[in-house]
Amino acid sequence: MNNSIPRIVRRANRIRRLRPEQIQQSYRCFSCSIRHAQQQTPRPDESPRTTHFGFETVAESLKQSKVAEVFSSVASSYDTMNDLMSLGIHRLWKDHFVSSINPGLNPLIHTPSPSSSSTSAPTDPLRILDIAGGTGDIAFRILDYTTTIHNDSTSHVTVADINPSMLSEGQKRASKSPYANTGRIDFIEANAEQLSTIPSNSIDIYTVAFGIRNFTSIPTALREAHRVLKPGGLFACLEFSKVQNPVFDAVYKRWSFGAIPLIGQVVAGDRDSYQYLVESIERFPKQEEFSRMIGEAGFLIPGGGGKEGEKGGWEDLSGGIAAIHKGIKPAGSGIAAVGGGSV
Amino acid sequence: MAKPQQNCLRAVFRSSATCSSWRLLPIASYRSFSVLNRPPPNYEGHVPLTRVERAGLAFGSALWSFFDPTRADLIAALGEATAQPYFITRLRNAMLVSPTGRRILRDRPRLTSQTLNLDYLRSLPTNTVGRAYITWLDLEGVSPDTRDTVRYIDDPECAYVMQRYRECHDFYHALTGLPIMREGEVALKAFEFANTLLPMTGLSIGAVATLKRPERERFFSVYGPWAIRNGVNSQEVINIYWEEELENDVDALRERLGIEKPPDLRAIRKAEREKKKREKASNGSL
Repeated sequence: MNNSIPRIVRRANRIRRLRPEQIQQSYRCFSCSIRHAQQQTPRPDESPRTTHFGFETVAESLKQSKVAEVFSSVASSYDTMNDLMSLGIHRLWKDHFVSSINPGLNPLIHTPSPSSSSTSAPTDPLRILDIAGGTGDIAFRILDYTTTIHNDSTSHVTVADINPSMLSEGQKRASKSPYANTGRIDFIEANAEQLSTIPSNSIDIYTVAFGIRNFTSIPTALREAHRVLKPGGLFACLEFSKVQNPVFDAVYKRWSFGAIPLIGQVVAGDRDSYQYLVESIERFPKQEEFSRMIGEAGFLIPGGGGKEGEKGGWEDLSGGIAAIHKGIKPAGSGIAAVGGGSV
Repeated sequence: MAKPQQNCLRAVFRSSATCSSWRLLPIASYRSFSVLNRPPPNYEGHVPLTRVERAGLAFGSALWSFFDPTRADLIAALGEATAQPYFITRLRNAMLVSPTGRRILRDRPRLTSQTLNLDYLRSLPTNTVGRAYITWLDLEGVSPDTRDTVRYIDDPECAYVMQRYRECHDFYHALTGLPIMREGEVALKAFEFANTLLPMTGLSIGAVATLKRPERERFFSVYGPWAIRNGVNSQEVINIYWEEELENDVDALRERLGIEKPPDLRAIRKAEREKKKREKASNGSL
């Protein structure tokens, strides 16, 4: 379109710099990277533990690199594709997710009084960890919410993502946002199953939006979330889930498996990444099972779990296309969270 | 369902009228299926598409590539989405009729940077097929590996025919001498349409609407008629075993096939540019 000429030049330059032995790695196409990854078969002495990658079964050690290829490939067109695939509704989901967490410590309510006893903890600024949040959709919404609704300008968000391409998209947006030099947002490259740079009992709110289905081992990620959260801290997860109504489900499945890879092909030139995305949605456990997994990791499910609704373990969005799951780390010894979020 | 079976049987009889092979029996891919239960792939990378998906891909890729012609992958997808059920089979049958075409279908050679020795091609004399081919590649800044793999054609042999057509496109540039700019590409697509009858090549002629006015006039007066005339009269270019023609002279090959050399488009455009420059200079000096 109107930027086609610089695109021709950029593409020609990129191709000119290719040498034949490098062409295979520089391919943006997903199917070539799958072939490349499949040629690296796991060594026989490695444990043959497998996990799912969409509808394929792969060795656990390969899944991470395969997911990495998917997200490096989709990073630049991520926002456009999200809008096209969900017809813009993903924005409403994310807005609702953040407002249902209700983050923020109003400074008028939460300043420690001079006569407070020495045993009560001073009010630290809220520390929020957004996992798999590369492009910053949730992080920026949280910062906006705390600043505008609760007048809280001290809360801090750390955006962690395993994929550098997604992180750099997020950093680009951060530099253009009002939070550019405020020190309220940090980007770190980290694996959600091994958050080695984040100390235990240090996070007030742990959020993960549309990321957890890509993890190699969900229980490991849940246990790691449990570790880094302060007692009383909130675990909140927004993820695709099972549609309850069977008629709507039939339509939704046909849209997922028919239209979405096609849109991926036409808009992004990459059918396979979007085929993986819809398959990974299909493979993700349903609401009851995921709620049970959260409980098994040591979280308390608000309302006791097992059913949907305000008192239940999860909240369905758009008829079950997406769902918000929450859990609270039980309060115990250690620095308690001040309750800067809500369930 | 009787209708699709009737249609494919009709296609079988029509195409088998030109060749006596009964390998053209309807295969499982003609049975209708939904996106939720696709049949297993017929070759690596194969994605069986439903009719609705194929139509969607054809429309989507046609529209998007019209506005952004640098998306070669969409033009490739358009070709695959529109070639079935009849046109790619017709092309494959044209290969079966010729002895060289049959050899190509049996050997299934691929044109990649591994199978072609690019440095050797660069060392060939100037008017050879191989040298002309590598010159076009270097000018465009691509390697033979940048062509997408065929995914949406159900029959594996027809998929190979499509892949071969795609890989030979740069050879057609060398054969006809048409340059790689939009004007030359449209003229080459017109030639390919007259010769191979693939719908994508015909649809690509629609890109004439995006040409500048003098280019459009040149197309309708010179290159369009040249393309149709030569495409129809020459032999099927899909049957050329390019790997064996690399050291031959381009003009001799053209004569053998029955293709006239079109007017040198680069020279014409250059002459026009100079004329404009001179006019501008003389106007400026007034």
